[in-house]
Amino acid sequence: MGANDPLNQEAAGKPKRLRHVLSALVQNTPGVLAHVSGMLASRGFNIDSLAVGETEDPHLSRITFVVRGDDRVLEQVRKQLEKLVTVVRVIDISKEDFVERDLMLVKVGAPPARRAEIIQLVQVFRARIVDVGQDQLMIEISGQEKKIEAFIELMRPFGISELARTGRIALVRSGRAKENDADLEDTEGVVVGHSNL
Amino acid sequence: MSTIDRKPTPTTTSAPETPPPPQTQWTGADVLVESLVRHGAEVVFAYPGGASMPMHQALTRYRDRVRVILPRHEQGGIFAAEGYARVTGKPGIVMATSGPGALNLVTGLADAKMDSLPIIAITGQVPTHVIGTDAFQETPMIEASRAITKHHYLVQRAKDLPRIVNEAFHVAGTGRPGPVLIDVPKDIQNTLLPDPDFDAPMDLPGYRLPGPPSPETLRQIVEAIKGARKPFVYCGGGVIASSASEELRAFINKTGIPCAMTLQGLGALACDHYLSLGMLGMHGTVYSNYAINEADLLLAFGVRFDDRVTGKLSEFVKHGKIVHVDIDPSEINKNKVAHIDVHADMKATLQGLLPLVEKGDYKDWYQKIDAWRESDPMTYPDRDDVILPQYVIDMFSQLTKGEFLMTTGVGQHQMWAAQWTRFNKPRMWVTSGGLGSMGFGLPAAMGAQAAFPNALVVDIDGDGSFVMNIQELATVHCERLPVKVIVLNNQHLGMVVQWEDRFYASNRGHTYLGPIDHPEWLGQGSGDLPEVTYPDFVAIAKGFGIAARQVRRKDEVLDALREMIHHPGPYVLDVLVPYQEHVLPMIPAGGTVKDIIKS
Repeated sequence: MGANDPLNQEAAGKPKRLRHVLSALVQNTPGVLAHVSGMLASRGFNIDSLAVGETEDPHLSRITFVVRGDDRVLEQVRKQLEKLVTVVRVIDISKEDFVERDLMLVKVGAPPARRAEIIQLVQVFRARIVDVGQDQLMIEISGQEKKIEAFIELMRPFGISELARTGRIALVRSGRAKENDADLEDTEGVVVGHSNL
Repeated sequence: MSTIDRKPTPTTTSAPETPPPPQTQWTGADVLVESLVRHGAEVVFAYPGGASMPMHQALTRYRDRVRVILPRHEQGGIFAAEGYARVTGKPGIVMATSGPGALNLVTGLADAKMDSLPIIAITGQVPTHVIGTDAFQETPMIEASRAITKHHYLVQRAKDLPRIVNEAFHVAGTGRPGPVLIDVPKDIQNTLLPDPDFDAPMDLPGYRLPGPPSPETLRQIVEAIKGARKPFVYCGGGVIASSASEELRAFINKTGIPCAMTLQGLGALACDHYLSLGMLGMHGTVYSNYAINEADLLLAFGVRFDDRVTGKLSEFVKHGKIVHVDIDPSEINKNKVAHIDVHADMKATLQGLLPLVEKGDYKDWYQKIDAWRESDPMTYPDRDDVILPQYVIDMFSQLTKGEFLMTTGVGQHQMWAAQWTRFNKPRMWVTSGGLGSMGFGLPAAMGAQAAFPNALVVDIDGDGSFVMNIQELATVHCERLPVKVIVLNNQHLGMVVQWEDRFYASNRGHTYLGPIDHPEWLGQGSGDLPEVTYPDFVAIAKGFGIAARQVRRKDEVLDALREMIHHPGPYVLDVLVPYQEHVLPMIPAGGTVKDIIKS
């Protein structure tokens, strides 16, 4: 014990600050989202994204959020969440084999001359055009955060007038072999014309 | 009275002597009160108002079973409920009306959450159909109290009331106890419920209690104890909350491991036990802080590594292995990482450990501790020119031989009470530790006295704290609660003065409690006891109908204490003490045992 103790070394080196995807099953009662988000804010936890929706069981909702921090921060976030009476279960999805998705709607400036270019990118990214205006297109895209971010960067030169995102949602895969991973193909789109993510 | 009240239904005959028995026609309010009674409610601290009147009307129908005590401020009500909860171990019940009444509970809710006391707080709310319209006396109470309750409910259907009360008692009283708020709109209180189901099952899928620790965990702890030469028990309020004092005493006696207690753990082990090192932390004994610093195994039982105990976290128990047992898993690894973490009830853990542990050979360890005890014993100066506050508490403690319940306000007097009272059993000591709420003492004493009407209940208070809920003198008089108050009156906010003396070159920053044209206001007084003190507590007590006496000479103290103890009713003993006296020893905030101030 003592100085070489790997535990209790608050000062020794910077702990790794990783991103974790947490999924909390909560009772579907009024105020539970405010309770969860209020607790996270008052204890100073940093939340990157948060998404909430009903589950297959109408009594339960799922709150998915991304939190940054080292293992100790994450342990506290999880325990503090589980302490809330309306929170039924919390899992750190990032420790499992999981699928995560973000949904985005974006309006992009698209004069007729440049539409073909945009449509091509939309196809590469498996996005969809959901509304066509005089000189704007509305595009729907879902995928991992990196893919969405890459798509945003590519759309910027065309002029993004409005954008809305859902925040991350995620589920753990059922135990299938990894080579059948249907998620792999999605990652192909991420690297196109993008380097800093 | 609220403008949104329903019009009273006209009665054709003259008002009946007693309202109709609830069984013939249940309202939501009746169902609520009946549910409380079924959970063993005997005392409710309740201040009425427009939005809570139906519940008060229902309470009148239970006069034979429930004592309703009317505090003179809702904060007094909830502090009283905390006092009741601490001395009995049962949930304390407090009721207030909507808006300002409910908001006056928030300090008490936060206080109960910090000190893990089971509280059921029931608030009236404006009727459902006007919620959200800024109606008269409307406050979103759930929003205001979310972070400072263990759980909270806004009742939306009258038929949910029995289930909610069942859940509230379960959540408040089990696991790590805490306050539960039930906000009840007035229309829900007035809704007729033909056939209430009082045994409605709870719906708490997210609320789970831990089982006893696994044999493997127990084996690890036993191994750790076997390997330790300088083990030490750091015992906290969790031991008292889980009623595990007997088991703790058996554990200490069987193993021979020395033990110190936190502010909330005092009384778990009798203070005169050889292995008791008293209180630890900022104002703890020098020897307990030295011992914890040198321990090679820290058995942290029902504690939360509070900053007032640990000081600088990275230096705290730097050389020791830590076993941390707590029923709240979020406390484990929060401030200090445990080598063996045990998420379990303290009583179950000690019961599991008792048959497995053996007496250790700690002769060298005892010698070390005894040397510290000898070099730095707990003392206070022996002075005859003034009354030292330590002396008053010491004398009270000796005269009463541990047969009393004690509450305190917050500040120097609180620390002296913790240091100089001879605590010999759990649940005899009620103090606001985590939140440090001034004004806690008198109402908490009122709650303790309501629980044990024949006990000697004393509030050790400061002149600052006492004034904060002084209106409760009316309650103790009118409700015939024979609470005794010892005001250690130094005309200053003593603890802040002490910090000014130590860390701010004695510059007085609004810490003198007398008129501002006195030189003391600027710290320029002679330092002598004043001829006339402000306020006149004896006259105030008289105004409330309460016996009182001021003492300013040491040779009066014993006589005055005896007079107070033997007085049949409530009593205020105003003792003039010098403001220059400091609480020692002291480890400055964020410091280590090396920074300990001894004089």
